[in-house]
Amino acid sequence: MAFDDVKTDNFKVVGQRVKRPDGIDKVTGKAKFGADVVAPGMLFAAIIRSPHAHARIVKIDTTKAAALKGVKGFVTRADFATGLKGGNLDILENVMAGEKALYDGHAVAAVAATSALIARDAAKLVEVEYEILPHVTDVDKAMLADAPVIREGAADKSVPEGMHPNVVRYHESGHGDVEAGFAAADLVVEDSFLTEATHQGYIEPHACLAQLGKDNKGELWCCTQGHWNVQKLCAEMLGMETSQLRVTASEIGGGFGGKTAVFIEPVALALARKTNRPVKLVMSRSEVFRATGPTSSTSMDVKIGMTKDGIITAGEGTFRLQGGAFPGAPMEFTAMCAFAPYNLENVKQVGYDVLANRPKQAAYRAPGSPMAAFAVESVIDELCKKLDLDPIEVRLKNASKQGTKASFGPTWDRIGLVETLEAAQTHPHYSAPLKEGQGRGVSCGFWFNHGGETSVTLALSEDGTAQLSVGTPDIGGSRASMAQMAAEELGIPYDSVRATVADTATLGYNEVSHGSRVTYASGLATIKAARAAVKILCARAAAKWGIDEDAVVWEDGCAKPSGPNAGDFDPLPIEKLTRSMGRTGGPIVGHFEATPEGAGVSFATHIVDAEVDKETGQTKIVRYTVVQDAGKAINPTYVEGQFQGGAAQGIGWALNEEYIYGEDGRLQNAVFLDYRIPVASDLPMIDTVIVEVPNPGHPYGVRGVGETSICPPLAAIANAVSSAAGVRLKQLPMSPPRILAALDKQANG
Amino acid sequence: MIHVSTKINGDDVEFLCDPRETLLDTLRDKLGLTGSKEGCGTGDCGACSVTMDGRLVCSCLVLGAEAEGKEIETVEGIADGENLHLLQEKFIEHAALQCGVCTPGILVATKSLLEKHPDPTETQVRYWLAGNLCRCTGYDKIIRAVMETAADLREAS
Repeated sequence: MAFDDVKTDNFKVVGQRVKRPDGIDKVTGKAKFGADVVAPGMLFAAIIRSPHAHARIVKIDTTKAAALKGVKGFVTRADFATGLKGGNLDILENVMAGEKALYDGHAVAAVAATSALIARDAAKLVEVEYEILPHVTDVDKAMLADAPVIREGAADKSVPEGMHPNVVRYHESGHGDVEAGFAAADLVVEDSFLTEATHQGYIEPHACLAQLGKDNKGELWCCTQGHWNVQKLCAEMLGMETSQLRVTASEIGGGFGGKTAVFIEPVALALARKTNRPVKLVMSRSEVFRATGPTSSTSMDVKIGMTKDGIITAGEGTFRLQGGAFPGAPMEFTAMCAFAPYNLENVKQVGYDVLANRPKQAAYRAPGSPMAAFAVESVIDELCKKLDLDPIEVRLKNASKQGTKASFGPTWDRIGLVETLEAAQTHPHYSAPLKEGQGRGVSCGFWFNHGGETSVTLALSEDGTAQLSVGTPDIGGSRASMAQMAAEELGIPYDSVRATVADTATLGYNEVSHGSRVTYASGLATIKAARAAVKILCARAAAKWGIDEDAVVWEDGCAKPSGPNAGDFDPLPIEKLTRSMGRTGGPIVGHFEATPEGAGVSFATHIVDAEVDKETGQTKIVRYTVVQDAGKAINPTYVEGQFQGGAAQGIGWALNEEYIYGEDGRLQNAVFLDYRIPVASDLPMIDTVIVEVPNPGHPYGVRGVGETSICPPLAAIANAVSSAAGVRLKQLPMSPPRILAALDKQANG
Repeated sequence: MIHVSTKINGDDVEFLCDPRETLLDTLRDKLGLTGSKEGCGTGDCGACSVTMDGRLVCSCLVLGAEAEGKEIETVEGIADGENLHLLQEKFIEHAALQCGVCTPGILVATKSLLEKHPDPTETQVRYWLAGNLCRCTGYDKIIRAVMETAADLREAS
């Protein structure tokens, strides 16, 4: 996308560390999250879930539960739309099981009652008869010939013949001749890696409040990363017209990709329709773990050849991902991201999407990419160690840059990988001495970033202030950056713009807040909407002065004649133009709708020091530095926050977090005590370096920053831990038992 | 139903509650004090942190009935009317919150820390807040906001 007016310097508001507009509400407890609203006559709902990993549902008997005082109604699959196909059918199957329960925690029925306690009591009284079926939860076992078939006919045409029916999609990409490349190498390293499923771990469980009448007109309040998507999907699931459901996004207590799907929202709507009462449905933490999107678990093989002076001659990777009982594991992203940082003549990557009796995977911050980096960057690290080469030097020698043909096809535009590597190389962290028992690891990471359908409206008020309506839920301070961009264009103070996340009735379709797209796409649309409003302001000034519209410019919040030839008029400030707008042509509103496609890919380099206690297997992260290309940081403080947050989640993934399944196929650690996300005492300060290599696809050069920050940590930490422990760690998380087992294996063969 | 008389953020409050109802449910569903959040319901995340007679507790692990005769302080009571507590100011200034759902619990816990330990080390702050999960920030900016608040409060006193 080309821009008529690209701005790269002389920013007044952009780049400032402004305070977020929702700050006071959030430090005083006033902010309304998913579970924080009520409606008159509201009922509370609870969901009945399968305790079995794989079972046929023989009978659901609600007789005893219905007899409980205060119980108002039940829904099962029979209360949802029929005739859905493809992805929508999968989503409905996941929201409410049909003939089979496909994982421990799969919803099979729901109840609404006059209190949350009664609803929970009633749920326990619902009798479900199951015929238990054989199950499989491990990705490699699910591909074996004797594995139980989870869903017949789920595979698409991409899958090669002869694969198990649990393999449902296949991806292959690359270029050159990898065999010739390996033959040209001085050293080839090949290894296999495993990662366990992790959860996004947002602190706010899913919550919603639904109203839906028999006339199929409804209202829904929910915590989501994308309410237009919720509107569309719920309408499908309920068999109603999309436009008849108005969805409002609450404040959202974390998402990280996990709130891009629907889980409880269609259920609450179905109960509301059945009982003719508003219904509130809030998940418990264990429901969040058992039934909402964890990541895929993976099994990966990577082979890389290198010359003795550090040139990669070929790279090959096979990535097997299970994504639960439904197609959709992001194996193509894993494959495509794996070698993306490097300029390779010969590269091949293969991906398998495999079904298992686990919850349907959902996106988690750069879905699929962190695992790929773990495997590839571990092998590169091993090559550097064996060839006695500096890991950053090697990465610089092979780094992708503008004009490089990427491992998965496209040719890169302006990118900032080299700049992140150089900044990492000169950062004091990289040359700081290590203590006994410590190791240092580095890794690069890549994420695509995304544009997507976007609609923004900016309405000027009579006093010259602006109401900015965006449709992308604010998951990390985006209302601040949107207001900054609008203020920059309008030439008014930051505080004079009120940015709101509007409901589905207010704007055109907005894709969910994912793909690191918000500051890029909603930001671009905000700038364009503001420029549209400025154009009208200039036209009003031109009419007042009786000169051509083209002879008016907008500077510092005022209309001015473009030069001496345009005429001699005093500047007209915005508030003078807006006060009279009712008499000069009506309300002044700028809007912009598009599907921008110039998101601009993003790279990062991380440096981490880890200390391993060889007695206990315990790892401590002692120093961490994130270097990432932000294109242009609209609000540097919040950019740093994204860098730090991604690193911290990566530390959890690398060291502690995992889904643990028993032989019975049940999730054994569905509480925060047992699924251990990093706590304050686990982490050091996380240093950040913002690199700014402008994205040619955004008027200010913005690249999304949210996701790339979680791509390097798994690998960087694995490299640091492997260095400190003196043994290569090939399985995540690197929990104390795994580190002890690796040390033991090394000592005893 | 049990009749309970208590004091919340300085106000006398009476309510009826089910014997199984948690203090968190009472605060949120009966009294409209939705600032305290339920992140886990098992005392692991700290988003529901309140103080009861000055002691920091997870309100999801306390029964509503246990509030009888006690003094409860929640996030809604930290600011003095229109005026934010310095800690709240510092959290906004340092961007010590992203989504903000853990923030009420972290503010209540931190206020409690600073009342007991006005000059905490970074390690003390990290261990005191180890019961308050934040998934967005990586804690860096939270720790900085707390340390700076502590320093400023010491200087002011």
